[in-house]
Amino acid sequence: MGELTYAQAIEHALAQAMADDERIVILGEDVHLLRQGLAARFGHERVRPAPISEAAFLTAGVGAAMAGLRPVVEIMMVDFIGVAFDALLNHAAKLEGFSGGRWHAPLVVRAACGGWYGDGGQHEQALWGMLAGIPGLTVLVPSTPADAAGLMLAALRAEGPVVFLEHKLLSDYWLDYLGGGGRENVSFDVPAAGARGWVDEPIAPIAFGLAARRRKGKDISIVSLGVGVHRAMQAAEELAPLGIDAGVIDLRCVAPLDRDAIVEAATATGRVLVVDEDYVRGGLSGEIAAVLAEERTGASFARVAVTDTLPYARHLEDDALPNVRKIVAAAERMVHDRARTRTTGNVWPYPQDKLTAQSTVLPGR
Amino acid sequence: MRAPSADRFDARALFGEMARIRHFEQALAELWREGRICGEMHLGIGEEAIAAGVVAHLREGDGLAVDHRSTPPLVARGVDLEAMLLEMLGCEDGLCRARGGHMHLFSAEHLAASSGIVGAGAPMACGFALAAQRLRPGAVSVGFFGDGAMNQGMLLEALNLAQAWRLPVLFVCKDNRWAITTRSRTVTRGEIITRARAFGMPSERVDGLDVRAVFKAAGKLIEHARRGHGPGFLLARCVRTEGHFLGDPVLRVLDAPLREGQALAGPLLEAVRAQPGARGRSRARALARVSGVLGAAALERMRRRGDALGRAGRLLPAGEAARIERKAASEVRGALARALTHLELSLESDGG
Repeated sequence: MGELTYAQAIEHALAQAMADDERIVILGEDVHLLRQGLAARFGHERVRPAPISEAAFLTAGVGAAMAGLRPVVEIMMVDFIGVAFDALLNHAAKLEGFSGGRWHAPLVVRAACGGWYGDGGQHEQALWGMLAGIPGLTVLVPSTPADAAGLMLAALRAEGPVVFLEHKLLSDYWLDYLGGGGRENVSFDVPAAGARGWVDEPIAPIAFGLAARRRKGKDISIVSLGVGVHRAMQAAEELAPLGIDAGVIDLRCVAPLDRDAIVEAATATGRVLVVDEDYVRGGLSGEIAAVLAEERTGASFARVAVTDTLPYARHLEDDALPNVRKIVAAAERMVHDRARTRTTGNVWPYPQDKLTAQSTVLPGR
Repeated sequence: MRAPSADRFDARALFGEMARIRHFEQALAELWREGRICGEMHLGIGEEAIAAGVVAHLREGDGLAVDHRSTPPLVARGVDLEAMLLEMLGCEDGLCRARGGHMHLFSAEHLAASSGIVGAGAPMACGFALAAQRLRPGAVSVGFFGDGAMNQGMLLEALNLAQAWRLPVLFVCKDNRWAITTRSRTVTRGEIITRARAFGMPSERVDGLDVRAVFKAAGKLIEHARRGHGPGFLLARCVRTEGHFLGDPVLRVLDAPLREGQALAGPLLEAVRAQPGARGRSRARALARVSGVLGAAALERMRRRGDALGRAGRLLPAGEAARIERKAASEVRGALARALTHLELSLESDGG
């Protein structure tokens, strides 16, 4: 197929799947425009614009999936899941469990996520950690066009509910729609390798729960996803002349989580630095720390993640997000700290003494 | 027992379904009181005519989304009684392998799903209807919910969505005038039927204790949906004699006024005298709310404003109703006996 943008890659995956499977329909606000190409090809019955009623149309999406369709329900931005959370939390995610595995809802929830364009914390959260914490949901966060296409295709063929998060910094149309607005005088730090790249024809589905190694390194393993992967790659470039050889792992899926890849990376370098655009508390980075402890890796651990409400102003937002500067600093601290078993790095706002005071016994796998 | 047909009102068949529902609910109450069913138990006694009168119109391929009073419509839809009993008894051979319980009963075969989230039945039914529109033209879906759910955002959104997408769905509001243990009218403004009509859909108000009225109104609205003319709304007034759930605080006071009343009154009287706090008048109003709820529930129980099953029975020749009811009772007893034996055997084999 050749070089595609991240957005084109997703569109191609949808087109390929929709041509094969009549049951796939797209529901959501503005989809007559947002997915105009698919609407023009597959007809307006299969690409249906919805009222601004996420609670109703997401729950209806669950019902439609239960009754034989394969809906892709778009909720524009993942932040808006707030008003429709019940549909995911109590309906989509519960069906397989509650029915004793006898009923499934093959539903894809597609939402844009992430910041770096100054929209403030009600329109650019990540939220994948919170979503991945709910049993019954698959949560995907692709960082390249090829992964976006392969994971979307896999989501469209999956038997259960999948949340597909499309990073706005990588999807050119979202960035232009929300950040640029047709202006030439605003700019964004878009990672080239994420916004455009090679996609095979036909697209092959990518299995869930498999991380990808983006860079080999022997001193420290940076584990990330989405735009964080590209920031980590840039940080690794900057760490090289400082004598630090950093590897980068792209998780791609938050649930299921590739525990083996995390353990392998921890074993290889003895240091795991998580770069996460999501909140630091109760989410992915803590989950990775738990994996390291449960698997008795003995690896040192640190994280660069979001601690507060994302601010509006670009310079404040940049400070709040896991930027390259913070990743480099955290990696340096870890590598130059000889006591490998101590918790280090960017774990504030928790005071160190509080952290060490918490002792939790975790079972091994 | 003859299954009701959608074509004409068949008092015998509908009474039969109502009797099956009533005896099934009574069996559940007994199991719950014996401590054999865990968690909450929301009974649908008082809703028999609505469940039977609406579900009689459903055909193969139609969808059914029900609320936490899940069993009456599922019984009427023909879901296996023993499988449901085993489910609620926590047996892994139950309808949902003991994972769902009474608020989360699912039968893919019947395209029937329940939910314990108030109001969710309406958007869920929209989803079933959306699938019907594309995959099974002529099929419809029904969503059941109570008057308490009429203040839930997703439900009002669903009414609009159904109209906007012209979905073949019937919304059935079982108006028992309670929202958990709050009187609905104290927290609701405007008329429910006016709300439904405001979305521009045909809406009917019926006495939900009158199975003939329910059957006729539901038939008209479902036919409208089947023909592709969009959704309809049925408001059916009914009663709730068994509380929000068995053992709810109001029910407990009514059942054992001396013991439960004292347990309630002691701390309340202490609180009403404790300082500092609000002014006397404000405290009096708070107390009046508690006693108001208790009084309303007591009054409702005393009046027993007509029993749906008794009324349906009176449509039949003398003796006929009793014969049909005996048959229904024996069917439920048989299912219960089989379920209990099955449970015992499975426990034995687990233990062995």
